Amino acid sequence: MSTDLQGGGYGWRVDDIDTDEMILNMGPQHPSTHGVLRIELRTDGEIVRAARPHIGYLHRCFEKHAESVDYPGVIPYTDRMDYVASMGNSLGYALAVEKLMGIEVSPYVQTIRVIMAELQRIASHCIAVGTYGMDIGAFTPFLHLLRDREKILDLFEWTCGARLLYNYNWVGGVSHDVPDGFVKACRQFLREFDAVTYPEMIDLLIKNKIFIKRTANIGVCAPELAVSYDLTGPNLRGSGPPRDLRRDEPYIGYENYEFDVVVGEGRFGPRGSCFDRNWVRALEMKESAKILHQAVDRIEKMERADVHEKVPKRVKPAKGEVYARSEAPRGQLGYYIVADGTGVNPYRVKVKSPCFTAMSIFHVLARGMMIADIIALIGSLDVVLGEIDR
Amino acid sequence: MDLVFGVLPSGLPYWLRVGLAGAVCAVILITLVALGPIAYVYVETKIAGFMQDRIGPKRVGPHGLLQTIADALKLMFKEAIYPAGADKMLFILAPCLVVVGAFLSFVVLPFGSRLQAVDLNVGLFYVVAVSSISTVGLIMAGWASNNKYALFGAMRSAAQIVSYEIPAVMVLLTVVMMVGSLSLQDIVWAQGGGLSRWFLFRYFPLMPVAFLIFFTAGLAECNRTPFDIPEAESELVAGFHTEYSGFFFAMFFLAEYTEMFVVSVVASVLFLGGWMAPLPALQQLGPIGLGPIWLVAKAWFLVFVMMWLRWTLPRLRVDQLMYVAWKVLLPIAMVLVVAVGGLALWPLTANGFPWDRWAGWLLTPLLFIYLAYMIVAARRWSARRAREMAA
Repeated sequence: MSTDLQGGGYGWRVDDIDTDEMILNMGPQHPSTHGVLRIELRTDGEIVRAARPHIGYLHRCFEKHAESVDYPGVIPYTDRMDYVASMGNSLGYALAVEKLMGIEVSPYVQTIRVIMAELQRIASHCIAVGTYGMDIGAFTPFLHLLRDREKILDLFEWTCGARLLYNYNWVGGVSHDVPDGFVKACRQFLREFDAVTYPEMIDLLIKNKIFIKRTANIGVCAPELAVSYDLTGPNLRGSGPPRDLRRDEPYIGYENYEFDVVVGEGRFGPRGSCFDRNWVRALEMKESAKILHQAVDRIEKMERADVHEKVPKRVKPAKGEVYARSEAPRGQLGYYIVADGTGVNPYRVKVKSPCFTAMSIFHVLARGMMIADIIALIGSLDVVLGEIDR
Repeated sequence: MDLVFGVLPSGLPYWLRVGLAGAVCAVILITLVALGPIAYVYVETKIAGFMQDRIGPKRVGPHGLLQTIADALKLMFKEAIYPAGADKMLFILAPCLVVVGAFLSFVVLPFGSRLQAVDLNVGLFYVVAVSSISTVGLIMAGWASNNKYALFGAMRSAAQIVSYEIPAVMVLLTVVMMVGSLSLQDIVWAQGGGLSRWFLFRYFPLMPVAFLIFFTAGLAECNRTPFDIPEAESELVAGFHTEYSGFFFAMFFLAEYTEMFVVSVVASVLFLGGWMAPLPALQQLGPIGLGPIWLVAKAWFLVFVMMWLRWTLPRLRVDQLMYVAWKVLLPIAMVLVVAVGGLALWPLTANGFPWDRWAGWLLTPLLFIYLAYMIVAARRWSARRAREMAA
C-alpha cells in the first residue's frame, strides 16, 4: 500500500524508500533549526538523500492583519516578522508608505534611520555569526557576540524604550528623537566593537581551522543558482554578485556614505560555500561600523529637528500601489502595498521576504550532505522563521 | 588492598579477609569516584563562565559551591521517564553499564606507591579492556530509547570509540615496550628520578608525539569537544541520552566526567610520571608522601586542558573525525611503535637519547614561560583596550 506522507505532487511515497534509508524529522523542536522549522530528512546512514523543509509553524497572518488596521498600525506588526532585526522591517514599511504618499523626510531623520538600521545590522549579524558558531559546536563565540549585541539593545532601549520590537520607524519620521548623549554612547560602542568584538570574533571563530574545515566546502551555491533562486543579501553576496541595495538603489541617503560591498572570496574552498556566506556577514559588521562612524559624525553637526514630519493623523493615501524595497540585514525586504483610496486601511500588503527565498534553495543545496552539514547549511542561510511564515 | 588486608586480624578465615578488604576498598573508591564529578562540574561551569565573560554559578552556597549538589539532588528526585516503545530493561541497564565501565578502571589506578586497590600485572590491558564496556552501554542506550537521534548518537559513538581505541593502544605499546611490563605501578617506577625521566620527554621528539596522540584519542573516547559528535547538541539534540531524564541522565553525566578523569590519570601515569614528583626532593614532606597530590594535580591539569578545548573549539564532522583517526593518528602511531621499539632494543639508546636528560628541564620552563607570556600579553591587551575605550 502506498501512503503519501505529506500529499502534494512532489512528495515521496513510503514505497520509494529503500530498507536502509530512514526518515528523520528534524524539528520543529530542535536546538538548531533557528525557530520552528521542520526538516524532513531522508537519510542513508549519515548521508542525506533528500531534505524537505516544512514551514508555517509560526504563521500569524501578518498580511491579513495588515488589511484590518490603519497604515501606521501595521508598523508594530512588521516588527514581529524578523524579530532579530525589527528596525529593518519597520524601515522598509515606512519607506513604502512614504513612497506611496510622496513624503520626503528630512536629512536629520534620514541620518537617525541610517544609524538605527546599521546598529540593527550589526546586532543581527552578531546573532547570525554567533549562532552559526554554536551550530558548528563552538559555544563561546556565541556568548561573546551576544554580550556585545546587548550593548546595541541598550542603545535602542535608551532611544525608544524597547529592546526587541521597537515600533520606531514611523510613516514620515521616527517615534523618538535620539536622547542627549546618544552620540557619545554610540562612539563608545563603536570603539568597543572595533577593539574587541570584531577581532575576537575573527580570531576565535572565523579563523578557526575546524570551523573552516566544517564550512568551506559545503553548501556551495554557484552565482547563477543564487540569482535564479532569488537569494539576496549576504546569501547572494557570498556567492559573488556584489548586489547591495544600499549602493545600487540608495535610500535614506546611503549614497552619502563610504562603504564597501563585501562579497564571498572563496578563500578556503569554492566560492559561495557556507563559509563565504558567514564570512560576508562577519565583514559586513565592519562595514556597518564604518557607516556608523560617518553617520555619527554627521548627526553631531546637525541641528536638532522635529523627527515627525507633517503627516496627517489619519494616513489616507490616494488610490494607487507601490513596491518599495530596502536592504534588511537578511537581504532585500520588499513591501507591495495597494491603497484603494477610500479607507484608512491598506487594501493589500504583500511582503517579499529574503528568508523565504533563501529557504527555497535549501533542498537543492542539502542533497547529498551529511547530517551535520544540514545544520551548517541552515545556519549559513541565516533564516528567521518569523519572517518566512509571517 | 594489601594495606587493608594487613590491618584485618589474622584469625579470620582467608576468604573473609579478602572479601572484607575488597569491600572496604570498593566503598572508598566508589565514594571518591562518585563525589569527584561534583567538583569537576563546578570547576567546569566556573571555567566556562570565565572564558565566556560571565560569572558562572553564584547563588547556591558561597561562590555557588553547592550548585552541583543542588543539581544532583534535583536530578535524583526527578521522575525517570520511559519513552513509548522503549526496551525497558535495556533502557535501565544501559546507564548502569556505562557507569560501571567508567568506575572499573579505578581498581588499578595507582594514586601512590601503596595507594592502589590492586596492582594487576596486566593493569594497562585491564584499563583498555574495561573502558570499552561503556561503549556497549552507549549502544544499548541508543537502541533501547526507540529514538532516531539516540540511534544516530549510538552508531556514531560506536564508530568513534572503536576507531580511536586503535591509535591509543598503539601508543600505549610504546610505553609498554620501554618498561617491559603492563603493571601501572611498574610504569610509574620506571619514570622515577625527576622530570627528565618522565616518558613524555624520552626519545625526545618521539614520545611527546605519542603523548599528544594518546591525549587526542582520550578526548575522543570520552566524547569531549572537538570529538563530541555522539551527543552533538546542535545536530542530534543530545545523542544517545536524548530520552534519558532524572537519575539515569545523571548517571551518564557522572560516567562522562569520571571517564575524563580516568583518561587524564592514565595519561599522567603513562607519560607524566604518575605519582612521581617533578623533583625527587618534592616527593615527601617529612613523613607524608605527596604522591597522590602530584598525581591528582597532573590529572586535573589535563582535565583543565580538556575543558579549555571544549569551550574553545568547534566540533568535527563524522568523516573528518574518522579521517583524523585512521589517516593521521594511526600511521603516526605505527611509526612510533616501530621506532620506539627499535630504539628500546638497541643497547645505546635503550635508556633514551643522550639529550633526553636536558629536554624535560629545558622544555618545561619554556612551556611555563610561554604560558606566562601569553597571560601577560592578554592582560596588556585588555589594559590597552581599556585605555582606548576611556579615550
